[in-house]
Amino acid sequence: MSPSRRAWQRFRRHLFGLAGLVVLALLTGACLSAGWLAAALEIDPAAVDLFGQFGSPSAAHPLGQDDLGRDVLLRLLLGGQVSLSVALAAALAAASLGTAIGLAAGYLGGWLDALLMRLVDSVIALPLLPLLIVLAAIDPAKLGLGDLGEDQGFGLARIVIIVALVGWTTPARLVRGATLAARAQGYVLAARALGAAPIAIALRHILPNVSGPLIVATTLAAGQVILFESALSFLGLGIQPPTPSWGNMLTGAQELIWQAPMLAVYPGLAIFLTVIAVNFLGDALQDALAPRTSERGPL
Amino acid sequence: MARFLAWRLAQSLIVLALMSLAIYGLIGLMPGDPIDLALSADPRLTPEDVARLRALYGLDEPWLQRYFAWAGRAVQGEFGYSRLFAAPVLAALADPLGRTLLLMGGSFLVALLVGLPAGMAAGARPHSRLDYAVNFVCFAGVAVPAFWLALLVILLFAVTLQWFPASAVALEPGLGPQLYHMALPVLTLGLLQAGGIARYMRAAMRDALAGDHIRTARAKGLGEAAVIWRHALRNALIPVVSILALDVGGLFSGALIVEMTFGYPGMGKLLFDAVMGNDYNLALVALLFGTAVTLAANLVADLAYAVIDPRVTFGGLEAA
Repeated sequence: MSPSRRAWQRFRRHLFGLAGLVVLALLTGACLSAGWLAAALEIDPAAVDLFGQFGSPSAAHPLGQDDLGRDVLLRLLLGGQVSLSVALAAALAAASLGTAIGLAAGYLGGWLDALLMRLVDSVIALPLLPLLIVLAAIDPAKLGLGDLGEDQGFGLARIVIIVALVGWTTPARLVRGATLAARAQGYVLAARALGAAPIAIALRHILPNVSGPLIVATTLAAGQVILFESALSFLGLGIQPPTPSWGNMLTGAQELIWQAPMLAVYPGLAIFLTVIAVNFLGDALQDALAPRTSERGPL
Repeated sequence: MARFLAWRLAQSLIVLALMSLAIYGLIGLMPGDPIDLALSADPRLTPEDVARLRALYGLDEPWLQRYFAWAGRAVQGEFGYSRLFAAPVLAALADPLGRTLLLMGGSFLVALLVGLPAGMAAGARPHSRLDYAVNFVCFAGVAVPAFWLALLVILLFAVTLQWFPASAVALEPGLGPQLYHMALPVLTLGLLQAGGIARYMRAAMRDALAGDHIRTARAKGLGEAAVIWRHALRNALIPVVSILALDVGGLFSGALIVEMTFGYPGMGKLLFDAVMGNDYNLALVALLFGTAVTLAANLVADLAYAVIDPRVTFGGLEAA
C-alpha cells in the first residue's frame, strides 16, 4: 500500500477531521458563490438602504439587513472571501517563514539552532496582540514605501505580513523536529558523502521528507492566523471598511446589540466554525501524516 | 540554584533589553512625531521653528542614538510624559495596571475553578463520554474569537437575562458596584482561559495515571479516589503549573480584547488608546511593561517547575 493511501486511511478514521474538511469546503463554496447569489437576488451588497435599517429576515434578505440596510448574508459571504483569502495567504507566508527557520535550525544545528529556538520561545511568550497593534499602526511612508497607506491592496498585504510575523513559530518548531529526525537518516549521510552542498541537502533531501509535519503546521497556523486577523479587524486595525471581513463586521456590534442582537452573532459564528473546522482538520492530518507514537489525537 | 537563578534572570534582562530596542524602533515608525503634533496644534510655527524644536529634542538624530539616550533615562526611572493624560507616564500607568491585574487575577480564579476539575475528571476517565464532552468544549474554547465570546456573554447575561450590566465601569462609588460591573469581563476572560487549562490538566492527568507508582498503588488495593487524589494529582499538577505561567502573554492579549469590548479602563485599552492617540511615550512603556510582566511570569514558571518537581536539577545552562 502506498504511503499516501495509508495516510488517507488513517485520516478517514477521524470523523471530526472529515467533518472539518466538509465544513470548510461548504463555507468556501458558499463564499465563492456570493457574486452569483447577488445577481440571483438582484441586490447590490454595498447598497445602503436606510429604510431597511435592521430589517428582519425576509425572502429578499434571508439573514436580514444591517445598520445601514445592507444585506447581511451577502456581506457575510463577501467578508468570508476576504477573511479566508487573507487567512490562506498569511498561513502560507507563516509556513514558509517557519519552514526556512526550522530547516536552518534543524539542519545546521549548533549555536544557530540554540539562538533560533530561543527566538521562538521569546516570540511565543510575548504579549502578541499589543505588539500587532503597534505593527498595524506603522506608517509605511517612514519605511520608505511612500504613499501606500491609502492603497487597499497594500492594506491586505500589510495584514498578511503582520499576522505571518507571529504565526511562524509553530511551523518552525515542527519542521525543526522533523529535520532533526530526517538528518539522522542514511540517505542524508550518503548525500553528504557524495559532496552535496548543505543547501541542496536541506532543500532536495530533507524538505520533501518533512512535508507531512509541514502540512500539519500550516493547517494549525491557519487557525491561529484567522483569529489574529479577525481580532485586528474587529479593533479597526485590520481590513478596513467598506471592504467587509468577518472581523470588521463585528466592530461596534456591542453598541447595536440591543437593537440587532443577531448582527453580533453571524460573523463570529463564521469565524468560530472556520477555526474549529481547521483545527479538527489539522488534528486529523497530524495523525495521518505525522503520527505520534504515543496515542491517537484527542478525538 | 543561585547560579540557575542568576542565569535565567540575566537571560530575561537581555530579552527585555532587545525587546525595548525593537519596540522603540517600531514606535518610531508610527505616523508623525511629537513636533508634527505641536505643529498641528499651533499652525503659526515656521519651518525654522520646527527644525529648531527637532534639534532641541534630539529628534533629528539617528534613531539608535535616540534609543540609547532614552534607555539611559529609562534605567533611572524617567520615562517622560504622557500626551493623552498630561502626566508622567508611570503615573498614567499605575491605575490601569492595577485594574488589569484585578481583571486577570479574577478571571484566572474563574478559569481554575472551571478548568482544573473538568480536566481532572476527563483525564481520570479516558475515552468516557465525559472525556469526549470536555475535549470537545476545549476544542471550541481554543477556536472561539475572544471578542465574539465577549459579545455572546453580553447578549446572554446583559441583554437577554439582564443579570449583569454590559459596561465594566460602575458610575456609583464603592467596591460592591465595581465588582458587580466587573462580573461579565471576568467571566469572559475566565472562560477563554478555562479551555486551555482543562486541556493541559487532562493530558497531565493521563500521563500521571500511566505511571508505575499508580499501578503499585492500585495493586495494593487502594481505592480509585485515593489513587487519583493522593498519587496522580500531585504529579499531574507539576506540568500544569509551569504551563499556566507560560500563558501570561496570551492572557494579556485576551485581556486587551475584553477591555476593549467592555470599555474596561485597563492596560490593554490604555495601550490601544496610546497607539491611536500618538502618545509615543505611553505606548512604549505600556508595551514594555506588558513584556516585562510576561518575562517575569516565565521566570516564575521555570522556578516553580524546579521547586515543585524534585527531579529537576539546576544544571546551569542545560536546565535553562
